[in-house]
Amino acid sequence: MTGYIFRRILQAIPVFLGTTFLIYFMVFAMPGDPLLALFGDRTPNPAVLAQLRAQYHLDQPFIVQYLIYMGGLLRGDFGISFSGEPVTEILARTFPVTIRLAIMALIFETILGIAVGLISGLRKGKLFDASSLVVSLILISLPIFVIAFVAQYVFGVWLGVARTTVSSTAPIPELIMPALVLASVAFAQIVRLTRASVIETTTLDFVRTAYSKGLRTRRVVPVHILRNSLIPVVTYLGTDFGVLLVGATITEGIFNVPGVGNALYQAIIRGEGPTVVSFVTVMVLIYLVVNLLVDLLYGLLDPRIRYVK
Amino acid sequence: MSSNTHYVAPLEETPLVGVDTVKVSEERSNLWLDAWRDLRGRPLFWISAAVILLVVAVALFPNLFTSVPPNHDCHLADSNAGPAPGHPLGFTKQGCDIYSRIIHGTSTSLAVGFIVIALTTVLGLLFGAFSGFYGGWIDSVLSRVGDIFFSIPYILAAVVIMTVLAEYRSVWSISLAIGIFAWPSTARVLRAEIFRVKNADFVMASTALGLSRFKILLKHVLPNSIAPVIVITTISLAAAIVAEASLSFLGVGLGGDIMSWGNDINQAQSDLRIAPQTLILPSIALSVTVFAFISLGEVARDALDPKARALR
Repeated sequence: MTGYIFRRILQAIPVFLGTTFLIYFMVFAMPGDPLLALFGDRTPNPAVLAQLRAQYHLDQPFIVQYLIYMGGLLRGDFGISFSGEPVTEILARTFPVTIRLAIMALIFETILGIAVGLISGLRKGKLFDASSLVVSLILISLPIFVIAFVAQYVFGVWLGVARTTVSSTAPIPELIMPALVLASVAFAQIVRLTRASVIETTTLDFVRTAYSKGLRTRRVVPVHILRNSLIPVVTYLGTDFGVLLVGATITEGIFNVPGVGNALYQAIIRGEGPTVVSFVTVMVLIYLVVNLLVDLLYGLLDPRIRYVK
Repeated sequence: MSSNTHYVAPLEETPLVGVDTVKVSEERSNLWLDAWRDLRGRPLFWISAAVILLVVAVALFPNLFTSVPPNHDCHLADSNAGPAPGHPLGFTKQGCDIYSRIIHGTSTSLAVGFIVIALTTVLGLLFGAFSGFYGGWIDSVLSRVGDIFFSIPYILAAVVIMTVLAEYRSVWSISLAIGIFAWPSTARVLRAEIFRVKNADFVMASTALGLSRFKILLKHVLPNSIAPVIVITTISLAAAIVAEASLSFLGVGLGGDIMSWGNDINQAQSDLRIAPQTLILPSIALSVTVFAFISLGEVARDALDPKARALR
């Protein structure tokens, strides 16, 4: 098992380097001088400009900038945003909000998705199954900003039961609506996955054996069917947690959630290369770690998978 | 009678009789024929096919569906107004006809969708086929390259690219920005399928007959691995349409002069409270189109997978 973990971490290193390089390259290629933008309409003092250029290493060639940045990254230094705030501080301020939102969404989609998917799978072809198929296809088809606006309009404006935007401290009750919106797409995917998996597991021999040795349905369903149907769902949840941490940009923007997605979008618009790279780097790191954890979790759920070599 | 003679039951009395009754003349069956027979009986297939045909017709010949100009002849007096004679869906904030703008925006969405899948299919086929079929270090290198592109969520990457290409915002550049990070899904699906197919008996037979490796890949392995690629391509098309709308919605998509559902939704978002229909109507057009492509992908997935068909 340790050998496997070691090997997976080794595999992740080139991906990590390649990803940061790719992002840094794209940001570097952005047109316009970000420092000139800082001065707005005023003509900057050439000495100040040169000083700033040296301070942010903008006078160095691309590859040197990248190496300086990566060197700092390895020492835990994520750079300073152009507003003067260390990127680490922005992350420290915004990440807890995003993680809170992502976990809430994950809880909603897991509980609802597995429950609906299990019932659909057990009642294959019945009315419940057919309607859950249509509902999940509709949810998959609706772009997230459409769902967000409809929720905002119906619950915030029309019924008035929820705030349309989240206040700066982002308390949990105010995050329920954004979390439900975020969860909606993944909910539909989980329903489909769980349903297909449950249907397949139900036809397997050990389920028949369990029934024929006299076990009750209420024991066979959770212990034999559900547990063995969860592997594809767990894989999906793992990648989705990464997506939730990153893909919340639009939802966070619409509901004004003070999270990473919002901060990242602002940084891209202002052309703050290092800030964007830091955010995306941390997100990629999280994505890789979460995927590794999911792979290891397989072993716990499915004893057939062994990582001997 | 010698001792080693024994009684043999007449053929009619043995279970083997069933073997002889198999009609050799029965209609030949293969994956595609079976899939078509399955699709034929599913209402969802006919609904999505009809919607797709309609949307393609609207995109190709918008003037058959409306004669109202989408961009000029807008009067601010009509700003956010409701339906009027000749204007069944009302007006946008700028006083333009919503119905006409939806009709004329269709081709943008479809063009982005089709250019993106052309890109993802070419890249996905190249990477997926070579890494799946040749394996070894080729697979390791190509898969790592795919992982790099896969680890960056493609909306995020597209936001960065579109900011870089701020002066060149067009249907082509936005399709490039989406497609360049969307292909690893296609490559992964194809790679997994080729891994499954390449050890089949017919591949070994072709090797024994002396066919070159590349020809085996081209003539035997690829045609037998293409079904899941078709499914993921249909779904990628839907995803690309959503991505274009999302980018335009964020304000880094197509330029304001290009008519697109995403741009219209972006324009309408500040008026959500006073004129929700200006936002909801283009959203419905967008969602229905995406729904049709996703449903087509879903029914095709079921139809092309004999295992899924048996379980349904």
